[in-house]
Amino acid sequence: MKDIQIPFQHQQSAHCETGVLSNLLSHHGLKISEAMIFGIGSGLFFGYFPFIRLNNLPLSAFRISTGGIMNRAIKRLGVGMQWEKFKRPDAAMTALDRKLEENLPVGCRTGAYWLSYFPRRYRFHFNMHNLVVFGRNNGNYLISDPVFPDPVECPAESLIKARFARGPMPPKGRMYTISQMPEEPDLRRAAIKGIKEVCRTMLKAPVPLIGVWGIRYLAKKVEQWPGKLGEEKAALHLGHVIRMQEEIGTGGAGFRFIYGAFLQEAADLFEDDRFHDFSERMTAVGDHWRDFALIGSRICKGRASDAENYGVMADILRECAGLEEGLLKDLYKAVKQLKS
Amino acid sequence: MKKQDVPQDHDMNEGVKEIAYAVDRDGRYVKVQSLGWEAKNAANAQAWEQIEAGVAEVIQKIASGARSPLAYHMAVNLMDPGLLASYAGISRWRVGRHLKPGGFDKMKPEMRRRYADIFGISTEQLGLVPESDFKSGFDSELKSEHKSGYEPNREKRR
Repeated sequence: MKDIQIPFQHQQSAHCETGVLSNLLSHHGLKISEAMIFGIGSGLFFGYFPFIRLNNLPLSAFRISTGGIMNRAIKRLGVGMQWEKFKRPDAAMTALDRKLEENLPVGCRTGAYWLSYFPRRYRFHFNMHNLVVFGRNNGNYLISDPVFPDPVECPAESLIKARFARGPMPPKGRMYTISQMPEEPDLRRAAIKGIKEVCRTMLKAPVPLIGVWGIRYLAKKVEQWPGKLGEEKAALHLGHVIRMQEEIGTGGAGFRFIYGAFLQEAADLFEDDRFHDFSERMTAVGDHWRDFALIGSRICKGRASDAENYGVMADILRECAGLEEGLLKDLYKAVKQLKS
Repeated sequence: MKKQDVPQDHDMNEGVKEIAYAVDRDGRYVKVQSLGWEAKNAANAQAWEQIEAGVAEVIQKIASGARSPLAYHMAVNLMDPGLLASYAGISRWRVGRHLKPGGFDKMKPEMRRRYADIFGISTEQLGLVPESDFKSGFDSELKSEHKSGYEPNREKRR
């Protein structure tokens, strides 16, 4: 097999899904930031689902469902994307090679566990990773993994395993290429739609597990943990929330900072100074979430002071909920006045 | 978060810098490379301590004859019987049998090969379990690269 290298500009990002889409769109001539895609794709979210268990611990989510940001963003921007999934790995790899020969960088959904270039401590059976394959070199694939500083090489076997990882939401070799670019994407309209949806989900979700009420629900649970579960298990539950908030490529504070960056870009896009204020307020919310993680990690390590306990943690969460609620209400009002 | 406050707490990232969003002196958001943060290092370490404790427990059970070596490889690869069964393309019940010493010994060479390929080890290694000093065994496991030879295209045969 001959070597191929498509000239692909790798830009490091905080999150895999938004990073892949930002890099792919840039490759096809639309320079758009990760934060903008996150905003247009209505990425900001909160949900606490005690009945969905990951490693026996309840799931907390800080972004909308897997693939949801990408799907919303391409729809709102008018980008055409071709998706394929496969039953057999050899077919999946042949299809990948064919796309590369057509000079098209290919996005892939993979599991994280089998990717040999991942630091070991990040390698869990987590099937929602995204990366771009842009070439082949000596049996290795050239990969632009947006959460890494530089492009990496990955042995074919390792990529095959990752593309056919098993477990919840198996990627089944899913790959995607951009098939059509919009002539003049309407960023304004797309951003307005994106913001409106975030405000609706966060403020008016039909179940109290989602949005600002979800945060308050988590606060209530956090308070109950030590009494109900005992110190040790309570610490595990807490550690799990912190990992979802900080570890899975969030840009900090469970995507609150990325959203702050988006609101700042939106201020320039709409030429509306109110959005600078919204951005600053979002940053402040993020700083509260960071306090939550920091104090929580001290409790996990058993190094918390007397003033740092589950009650205080719950209070920080309620503060986050209150701040987010106020901010999103004002944002919703402002965005409804904008003409698209 | 301010740009100058982006933490650089080296640990779980193994030197790989990731992106944090922070605000610079002019109030503009910028992407800043970060080596990690103590809060998330602690949460990650907690998760791995759980895994290590689980593996140590499995090793004990193997030593006492309650479990087969397959249980060790399953635990070290962070799998449960359901996930392993879906990789092997067999029923969870059969995996359960192979997790017991009797079922493990009766396994056909073809089945051993299949398990070994999933874990990226040889069929000889499949029968080996570190004895007591498990921590060092796990560390080398942490550093080892996955070997080739795995073909995950076996669809469930019905």
